[in-house]
Amino acid sequence: MSISLKNRSLISISDYSPEEICHVLDIAEDFEKNPHQNLLNGRIIASLFFEPSTRTRLSFETAIQLLGGNVIGFSSTSGTSIQKGESLADTITMVASYADLIVMRNPIDGSARFASEVSKVPIINAGDGSNQHPTQCMLDLYSIRKTQGTLENLEITLVGDLKYGRTVHSLVEAMSHFNAKFNLVSPVELKLPRTVKQHIKDAHLEYEQFTELEEVIPHSDIIYMTRVQRERFPDPLEYEKVKNSYVLRNAMLANAKPNCRILHPLPRVNEIHVDVDANPKAYYFQQAQNGVYARQALIAAILGLK
Amino acid sequence: MEKRKELIVSAIENGTVIDHIPADKVFQVVKILGLDKVNTPVYFGTNVESKKYGTKGFVKVSDKYFDPEDVNKIALVAPTASIIEIKDFEVIRKQTVTIPERIEHIVKCFNPNCVTNKEHDIPTKFRVKYVDGKLRLVCHYCEKYTSEENIEFI
Repeated sequence: MSISLKNRSLISISDYSPEEICHVLDIAEDFEKNPHQNLLNGRIIASLFFEPSTRTRLSFETAIQLLGGNVIGFSSTSGTSIQKGESLADTITMVASYADLIVMRNPIDGSARFASEVSKVPIINAGDGSNQHPTQCMLDLYSIRKTQGTLENLEITLVGDLKYGRTVHSLVEAMSHFNAKFNLVSPVELKLPRTVKQHIKDAHLEYEQFTELEEVIPHSDIIYMTRVQRERFPDPLEYEKVKNSYVLRNAMLANAKPNCRILHPLPRVNEIHVDVDANPKAYYFQQAQNGVYARQALIAAILGLK
Repeated sequence: MEKRKELIVSAIENGTVIDHIPADKVFQVVKILGLDKVNTPVYFGTNVESKKYGTKGFVKVSDKYFDPEDVNKIALVAPTASIIEIKDFEVIRKQTVTIPERIEHIVKCFNPNCVTNKEHDIPTKFRVKYVDGKLRLVCHYCEKYTSEENIEFI
């Protein structure tokens, strides 16, 4: 049966089935081989960034240009009618009458789902507050499949702030479809929330929780690093105690599996030492580059062009 | 000697009896249904003996029947409640309330950054879920959980 994602908004990674996710990854693989494809042929894509973003906005706009499309929109709300008090519903309704597809980032949780209900054109959520960032998840999945050759039966180690990191939450939810084993490495203050662990339990998969990173490195296929932020700790002393436990250094990778790869949603601050960058297992910059292919794939699929 | 059995409060001719309310939830039911603002007679009782639950509360409202949306509101705080409709002193309908799978328009999302709290006139929608036996409302928009103790009615 052929899979079509035409006119299907992507708000949360769970909106797409595992088969649909793999379909997007297949299309992304094709774009990686041949990024310049004039499929949009002058169509207009709105890029509405209600808050600043570097990688996500630039990679979406790169994806649109590679597809031969035109971009309208804004990269912050200053100077727009939103500052005059225009409602989100009105902004979206207006833009939907100009564009074929809307890419939106907004600091308000749930704004993307709401936008998809008022818009006559599909919406791609480029991040709604602390809620979802499904295109990041899609590029993470693409990077995992590309480096491991499969999404099935992998041992995924998630490190750092597992409580607030929305990319981690989406990744756990998505990888729970693919028989993953999860190692959850975090300070006790920043453990994965129970509601997210429920996805692992619902899929009858295994997970283990750790407070030290080194012991899990030798059996990990993927090490997904995230930033542990000082401001997440009510007591600054607690942060000082744990901050070095979650810094990955090159020497720690001596016993890592040959196929092991290090991912990070970026920006990194100090949680991956720069001495890791030259290690062939470091994959975070290619991961960011994969974001362009994953977003090209989504735009093409949702507009029914692939 | 025959045990004397009598009604604690008089029967109503027409209206609704909400029975088997958890004893500590009676005042909440009264408030949720806006019964503190109606003009018809309202009787209520709490810490009344119940064979089934030990103690219970009840509310009797004359000349008023509830629509399904109101019944849903009751179900959230008083899942054991039964709704009995009375006409000419006779029971015409008796139903136990059940918590619906979806709750719309009646509860506020606990997340202050949810779009339903930030923008005007977006009706709230929740999916009802039980996590470790506890009721959780999962917001359709922000996907955050509102737990039972944080439920605030609109």
